[in-house]
Amino acid sequence: MSGPKTLYDKIWDAHLVDEAADGTCLLYIDRHLVHEVTSPQAFEGLRMTGRKVRAPEKTIAVPDHNVPTTPGREKHIDNEESRIQVEALDKNARDFGINYYPVSDIRQGIVHIVGPEQGWTLPGMTVVCGDSHTATHGAFGALAHGIGTSEVEHVLATQTLIQKKSKNMKVEITGKLRPGVTAKDITMAVIGATGTAGGTGYVIEYCGEAIRDLSMEGRMTVCNMAIEGGARAGLIAPDEKTFDYVKGRPHAPKGAQWEAAMTWWKTLYTDEGAHFDKVVTLKGEDIAPLVTWGTSPEDVLPITDVVPAPEQFEGGKVEAVRRALDYMDLKPGQKLEDIQIDTVFIGSCTNGRIEDLRAAAAILKGKKIKDGMRAMVVPGSGLVRAQAEEEGLAQIFIDAGFEWRLAGCSMCLAMNPDQLAPGERCAATSNRNFEGRQGRGGRTHLMSPAMAAAAAVTGHLTDVRKMI
Amino acid sequence: MDKFTTLTGIAAPMPLVNIDTDMIIPKQFLKTIKRSGLGKNLFDEMRYNQDGSEIADFVLNQPAYRNAEIIVAGDNFGCGSSREHAPWALLDFGIRCVISTSFADIFFNNCFKNGILPIVLPQETVDILMQDARKGANARLTVDLEGQTVTTSDGQSFGFEIDPFRKHCLLNGLDDIGLSLEKVAAIDRFEASAAQSRPWV
Ligand code: SF4
Repeated sequence: MSGPKTLYDKIWDAHLVDEAADGTCLLYIDRHLVHEVTSPQAFEGLRMTGRKVRAPEKTIAVPDHNVPTTPGREKHIDNEESRIQVEALDKNARDFGINYYPVSDIRQGIVHIVGPEQGWTLPGMTVVCGDSHTATHGAFGALAHGIGTSEVEHVLATQTLIQKKSKNMKVEITGKLRPGVTAKDITMAVIGATGTAGGTGYVIEYCGEAIRDLSMEGRMTVCNMAIEGGARAGLIAPDEKTFDYVKGRPHAPKGAQWEAAMTWWKTLYTDEGAHFDKVVTLKGEDIAPLVTWGTSPEDVLPITDVVPAPEQFEGGKVEAVRRALDYMDLKPGQKLEDIQIDTVFIGSCTNGRIEDLRAAAAILKGKKIKDGMRAMVVPGSGLVRAQAEEEGLAQIFIDAGFEWRLAGCSMCLAMNPDQLAPGERCAATSNRNFEGRQGRGGRTHLMSPAMAAAAAVTGHLTDVRKMI
Repeated sequence: MDKFTTLTGIAAPMPLVNIDTDMIIPKQFLKTIKRSGLGKNLFDEMRYNQDGSEIADFVLNQPAYRNAEIIVAGDNFGCGSSREHAPWALLDFGIRCVISTSFADIFFNNCFKNGILPIVLPQETVDILMQDARKGANARLTVDLEGQTVTTSDGQSFGFEIDPFRKHCLLNGLDDIGLSLEKVAAIDRFEASAAQSRPWV
């Protein structure tokens, strides 16, 4: 293709191995991230067919979904099925010779936090993982998306993926964010505007002043939830902030290779006049701190709003909202700020990075959580945890009454022992508020780390702007 | 992978929109290291009470739909997590085809890898098929992949679109990995040239 290209077009073209007449392509994969839940059947498939991992040096594995976040886990995991999955990953990593960060390693953490932290994720790469939040890595200007287990096996065996090109969508966030508004609010605002299927068939490029102003951590938060909008991937063009973040990381290029990489990375932007199939523009100034009230990530409203009525919606959504309000035990017209909570979860690949912990700690400093509240911080990686301890953030959380946990996915999806009981209501910094996501019958309200910290203090959903 | 050619079967109506993969197979069943046996936990939290007893009015618990092979679903079916356990659970239950106005991307892909045919049709058509599915066990839908048609119990026929490569693989039960490995020379060439142009990868 000649003429002006989007960032997506450029990365796509650089990874095209083969294109059939009908447009079916074989795309080369630079980095393959692997975790314990979606990989055992793929490795088993390799064994059964006598196939090898084609590029073990480009394959990185870390257990995160199932692991307990309490001490002693490196010696023993009580839940037998979880233990078997983690042991299977240990064995598969060893047998196939791939890069591995076991729970005993301080670098262990959520796969989407470990990848960037270790410099595995670099601009212009193709990155896949058997996990939908692989979209996170798009913050580096890498084409990154989730795949199923059959595709995990395909990438292990061939280092490629069969793909058809998606359409291009531009999401521009203009201007500046107001105080108390964060990357999480941007990404939730976009899903609120487009719906959970609005991005289906597209790769999104996020741009505009408000995106440029974000740190790399914030950009990862934005791209992380591209999948909640249905998009295949989210992208942000790399810039000086990206290069500064990457430089010096263990697996980032060094010396002459760094210079060569920089020469290419600096060409990774959308050309003037390149075509987008769809454009969405939001004003940064218009975005307020948001919370979800329902059981789909598109069910977002500003914290100052009230619970909507099913009749305000159309089509199949009317019934879905009725079901959601019943599940969430909420009444139309109820003020969002009046919703009482009993649990707070700060963590996940959306908001488990150092900046997120800083934002929450800034609200909690010198305060206590509401009596009877269960609150936990689960850092995204062992290194985030260590840094937070060094910066004194851990002490702020502990003094406020939070549990200070080891790294993992934890209550984001509640596969480990951290779960909501039926009827419990949680302010969560994760990315999904589906029925039962945090435990059967549990109720989830998604929000930013600062908003979750504010709710921990007051015991109800709270407009963080009153506390800053 | 089993071939998919034609299928005549009972269709279960599930008009709810945004049926996510957490609903299709909740996370507590992802702890398996196998692909099989997930059918009994398909839609677990919608299908069973806490004590394990069945929720009588859930569609797949109704006598008419216990042997459903097709689901007619609301918009954006399969959104959420990438877990291939969702199509594995559907398949293990006996579902070979899902019809909706739209599907989430990763779920859609995963279906094809497991011999399940996801069909996208416009709202008006899905509404008609949903009505037909509501008639219960006597109303069987017929799906013809070769001819790309869905036919209702009273003989109304609708065409659907499908990617030709995916159709070919489903019709013949082909394994993607085997096909891609036939292109190993192209992969070798790509790697050799990338080692020059992007040696840091
Ligand atoms: S933190 Fe949550 S969303 Fe992220 S990878 Fe883990 S389970 Fe998935």
